[in-house]
Amino acid sequence: MAKKDTVLALRKRGISSKMAQILCDAGFTLSKLEKASVEDLVKAGITSRNANLIMKNRIRPPTEKSKDMSSDLIDSKLRGLLLPTTITDELQRDLRRIKLTEVQLDKILQMVVDAYERAKVEPCEAVGIIAAQSIGEPGTQMTMRTFHYAGVAEISITLGLPRLIEILDARKVPSTPMMTIRLKDEIKSDRDKVRKLAWEIETTSLLDLGDLSIDLAEMQICIDLSEKPLLQRNISPEEVVERTIDELGVDVRLEGLKLIIHPEQPSYRELLQLVEKIRGMVLKGIEGIERIVIRKEDGEYVLYTEGSALKKILNCDGIDPTKVKTNNINEIADVLGIEAARNSIIYEAMETLREQGLEVDVRHIMLVADMMTCGGELKQIGRHGVAGEKSSVLSRAAFEVTVTHLLEAAIHGDVDELCGVTENVIVGQPIRLGTGDVEPIYKGG
Amino acid sequence: MASPKRIKKIKFGLLSPKEIRKMGVTKIITADTYDDDGYPIEMGLMDPRLGVIDPGLRCRTCGGRPGECPGHFCRIELVAPVVHVGFAKLVRKILRSTCRKCGRLLLEEPIKKNYLDQIKLLTKLGQPCDDLVKNVFRDATKVNLCPYCEEAQMDIKFEQPTSYVEGGHKLMPADIRDRFERIPDEDIKIFGMDPKNARPEWMILRVLPVPPVTTRPSITLESGQRSEDDLTHKLVDIIRINQRFQENREAGAPQLIIEDLWELLQYHVTTFLDNEVSGVPPARHRSGRPLKSLSQRLKGKEGRFRGSLSGKRVNFSARTVISPDPNLSISEIGVPLQIATELTIPMNITSRNLEECREYVRRGPNNHPGASYVKRLDGRRVKVIDENREELAELLEPGWKVDRQLQDGDLVLFNRQPSLHRMSIMAHEVKVMPYKTFRINPAVCPPYNADFDGDEMNLHVPQTEEARAEAKILMKVEENILSPRFGGPIIGGIHDHISGMFLLTRGNVTFDKDTALELLKKSEIMDLSEPAGYENGKPYWTGKQIFSQLLPSGLNLTYRSKMCDNCKICKREECEKDAYVVIKDGNLLCGTVDEVAIGAFAGKILDRIIKEYGAVEAGKFLDNATRLAIRMITRIGFSFGIDDEDIPSDAQEQIHDIIMAAEERVKRLIEAYEAGELDSLPGRTIDETVEMKIMQELGKARNQAGDIAGHHLGMDNSAVVMAISGARGSMLNLTQMAACVGQQSVRGERIQRGYADRTLPHFYKGDLGADAHGFVKSSYKKGLSPIEFFFHAMGGREGLVDTAVRTSQSGYLQRRLINALQDLEIKYDGTVRETRGQIVQFVYGDDGVDPSKSDYGKSVNVSRIIQNVTGEEVMGGKSG
Repeated sequence: MAKKDTVLALRKRGISSKMAQILCDAGFTLSKLEKASVEDLVKAGITSRNANLIMKNRIRPPTEKSKDMSSDLIDSKLRGLLLPTTITDELQRDLRRIKLTEVQLDKILQMVVDAYERAKVEPCEAVGIIAAQSIGEPGTQMTMRTFHYAGVAEISITLGLPRLIEILDARKVPSTPMMTIRLKDEIKSDRDKVRKLAWEIETTSLLDLGDLSIDLAEMQICIDLSEKPLLQRNISPEEVVERTIDELGVDVRLEGLKLIIHPEQPSYRELLQLVEKIRGMVLKGIEGIERIVIRKEDGEYVLYTEGSALKKILNCDGIDPTKVKTNNINEIADVLGIEAARNSIIYEAMETLREQGLEVDVRHIMLVADMMTCGGELKQIGRHGVAGEKSSVLSRAAFEVTVTHLLEAAIHGDVDELCGVTENVIVGQPIRLGTGDVEPIYKGG
Repeated sequence: MASPKRIKKIKFGLLSPKEIRKMGVTKIITADTYDDDGYPIEMGLMDPRLGVIDPGLRCRTCGGRPGECPGHFCRIELVAPVVHVGFAKLVRKILRSTCRKCGRLLLEEPIKKNYLDQIKLLTKLGQPCDDLVKNVFRDATKVNLCPYCEEAQMDIKFEQPTSYVEGGHKLMPADIRDRFERIPDEDIKIFGMDPKNARPEWMILRVLPVPPVTTRPSITLESGQRSEDDLTHKLVDIIRINQRFQENREAGAPQLIIEDLWELLQYHVTTFLDNEVSGVPPARHRSGRPLKSLSQRLKGKEGRFRGSLSGKRVNFSARTVISPDPNLSISEIGVPLQIATELTIPMNITSRNLEECREYVRRGPNNHPGASYVKRLDGRRVKVIDENREELAELLEPGWKVDRQLQDGDLVLFNRQPSLHRMSIMAHEVKVMPYKTFRINPAVCPPYNADFDGDEMNLHVPQTEEARAEAKILMKVEENILSPRFGGPIIGGIHDHISGMFLLTRGNVTFDKDTALELLKKSEIMDLSEPAGYENGKPYWTGKQIFSQLLPSGLNLTYRSKMCDNCKICKREECEKDAYVVIKDGNLLCGTVDEVAIGAFAGKILDRIIKEYGAVEAGKFLDNATRLAIRMITRIGFSFGIDDEDIPSDAQEQIHDIIMAAEERVKRLIEAYEAGELDSLPGRTIDETVEMKIMQELGKARNQAGDIAGHHLGMDNSAVVMAISGARGSMLNLTQMAACVGQQSVRGERIQRGYADRTLPHFYKGDLGADAHGFVKSSYKKGLSPIEFFFHAMGGREGLVDTAVRTSQSGYLQRRLINALQDLEIKYDGTVRETRGQIVQFVYGDDGVDPSKSDYGKSVNVSRIIQNVTGEEVMGGKSG
């Protein structure tokens, strides 16, 4: 009993219950603790960081019913509780706004802890099914309309059900890749500099600089360069000629502002192929960034791009690399790693659902994202990913491509351990999940 | 009761000829099935040793009757071996990567060992080794000289579906078999195969197992003719060819004929196994219908796996049309008497319920709460009929079982497809009622997504005590008011419940004592609060007071109702629209109760009650509130008809003027566009810019027209009440009915399709005007012109197609999600793991909180707790 009291007293001093338990087990009493040194505590099996903390708090707790609640007290009390940070943050914020006595504070904290304990998931809960249902069910209420204009009217992005499917399919490239780029403080409010940067990033092809015409009589292609785009994109006609020769390896002449290109052989086919090549040629800028829209938001200019090239954008001067966003999840996985991809899946899926006005708890989406990424690489929800790599033969056979899975299982001599849901449904026995995972035990004779 | 045995695991493998011969009860040698008397021929395909399907006969292997005997395999000894189609590609790979002389894998010893170690490691870890095996085959195929016997390897060509050519010579299955037999066990392991369960030569069939008759029952047609199953037909073909092959070979027929027959045998075995192989013409029935092969029986939605094994059929269930009954509790279900007499619940007789059971049996099967069967101690079931019921009742003793008919208070599961979430199956209490439909409280429609336009629903009766306990604790309607999707209520008032509440609580409606009691009569309220005041010496109560009777005392809540316009400065309690709701200590002080308060998916008051007072209290509140609302709305009388859309003629003229003006502006826009005076918006072409501007202009016109119509339709209009309270419909719907339907769109644009440069031949080419692209000036009340009607139909059709596509797409998405996530479970250490024990999350959702127990995703409502303790409202924290 004495031990329990000591634990309580220690907890009042803002020492976490776990720590207090260790101290008590090591034979510390309150008086002993006041004399102890950090080394003594470390010997008792406490990390030095925690030991220092305890040293700070071991003296008497502040006198009861002090009218003015210092934030230190709130902090130390909170530290002793096992609560997730979201709650502690909120408590810290809200408790400081009001005046209250320590009794009230204790009562509040106790109630919060109780409420948290009550809200916790129960073991054996089939959270996977619930997550799948919670995401799948609102799918029926989502729109099919692929294109929708959100935020930036000029750039169209896929939304609704097709976008959700795209995210869960872990497609290599989304149907409408898009980036949001925020800029460094130095230039973010300077319109001209921002515009210059945008021209740098945006891909420039020959066709952006002038009009193309095919001269069939002379078997040549003429491009009338115009001054304005050349100036805007900071590129001289000579550079254009140089780049074109580099890229295409054909004869290019410059007459004033007129670019004349001859194909290697004067054949009609060659000519047309050359036109196609010119169309696809990138003169300047980052490949993949097809269009940029500049918008002013809260006093700063933000770039929205059609097309995505995360790695290259991050290397650009003038952009704020901590605030670059892309909706291409695979790219994020490649550049920033799987944890970033997980967060991106959660963000993208939440945004898609929110835009449709559908409320879905993050935890469900987190679970899906974790399932897709827990192997270290992005896996699709479906035949070629999570569902196809399950250990159970029967479960895979019941999902898709039944016969192939059965034949392969026979070749490998696979064994189905019958742990999952589908397998047990197929053989007709209770499922080891939820209430099926527990059994009553009869005590006594 | 001893728990049934559990199947621990299932091992897959190939059947070896030895095993096939061992399990086959007989050899099949004749292609005939039945003799002239209709008896199965011995050693034929319907041999009585294979099991029986005809009633009256007994299985000659196990002695079982039809239904008892599971059937027994037999075999066909093939004269020459044939390739199993399913493994044709693998056979090619193995042929290419093993030596044609010594049969060993064409890789050096150390490389082999390396691969073998890797495969062993992967299998130990439970990972698939497909990619590794792929590399083995790739590497071995490249080798041209056997490293062991130095035999030069030849290129092997594979011709779909089952023939192999080595250097110009066709490899017969017999040759392949010989080669495979030479492969040592160690090398087989490197192919990812298990030599104990799957030797490669077993992929070349020498003996064909014949499935038992029970899997291919023959049907007797009405004409008395027997019609055999597809598989039997196929087996007959195989036996015939097999016989001919043997005769020819024994007679010493030329090689050419032998080879032809061999190929024919291969064809029949192939189509027996899989009749959809590319490159093979499907085998057909005499009528021209392709035969259903073994693999097609397994495949697809209606196949064995998805159709029969994953989808089970059950007894003790019922299905009928549903209809509403607002007087039922939300947790009740009205069950037709006919169904209640049919469905039963087993009762174990003990000394305590003996008399009760006797009474049931005494009443017999036709006298409603009766019994239909009794089960004696020796396990025999006796049907209770009118003739023996008295007698049986006396015989009853503890230990017997009685199948009692469904009666009031029993728990049953109720379900509506598509079962998209767990609220699609909930437990209800039975209430036996006359007539033939299931009756439910309309408030439980949202979770089932049901309406009463002819929907049917299913009912299941749990048969064991455990099942009933689970149903009661986990599946009762009250337990499912909160959706695990977002932690808010999904069950709540709909339609008339909301209109009724709205009419009751808006403004200061007053009632005298009689009316007040009348309204509350059905709501289980015992006493009335102090009257709000006296008029002519008589006490009166306000609607708000009457509603407050339902609220639990101690409930505090403030929020803004649906009517709130989000004014810049909120007047709070003084709101002239009565949109600021304040509930103090269970009393509605001000504000109107509407969809935001009690509606499904929203229901703030409901949400608060369930979170602070529990599910049972919330269920009671819902029952009471819906009944009160229905009483209110029936008392007032609430209807909507065509004349409710009438607006005065001067308003109609105004609307007409607005639309004319808008058309004029559109015309001017087009003129500007044609003259090239229009500036394009950034990032848009000029064409897109005109389109957008025209759309804007017309949209504005419709809104203005709607405003005028709305101005003339006041709160005395039922449709307005419904729209504003959130019961049904919107002001937009009303606008379309009364003023102007507005622009019709396909793919988010004005209507563009049709003829070249015009939508219909009634317009000039290139006409960009409003009416040429689907602007509907008329209102639904006025009626649409033929052209407008056509455009309207176009827009409507798009909606229909959209819905159809969406359901199939989202259905597949959900199937995939379920399949990927179904095995995840919270373990006792708080981690989320899948079947292999692999950890998916260390703490569920990063904080271990159950969304259905959370407050709209928040684990703890901190500000509410602070408010409850200190009585102070925390500024900045969201209220309610």
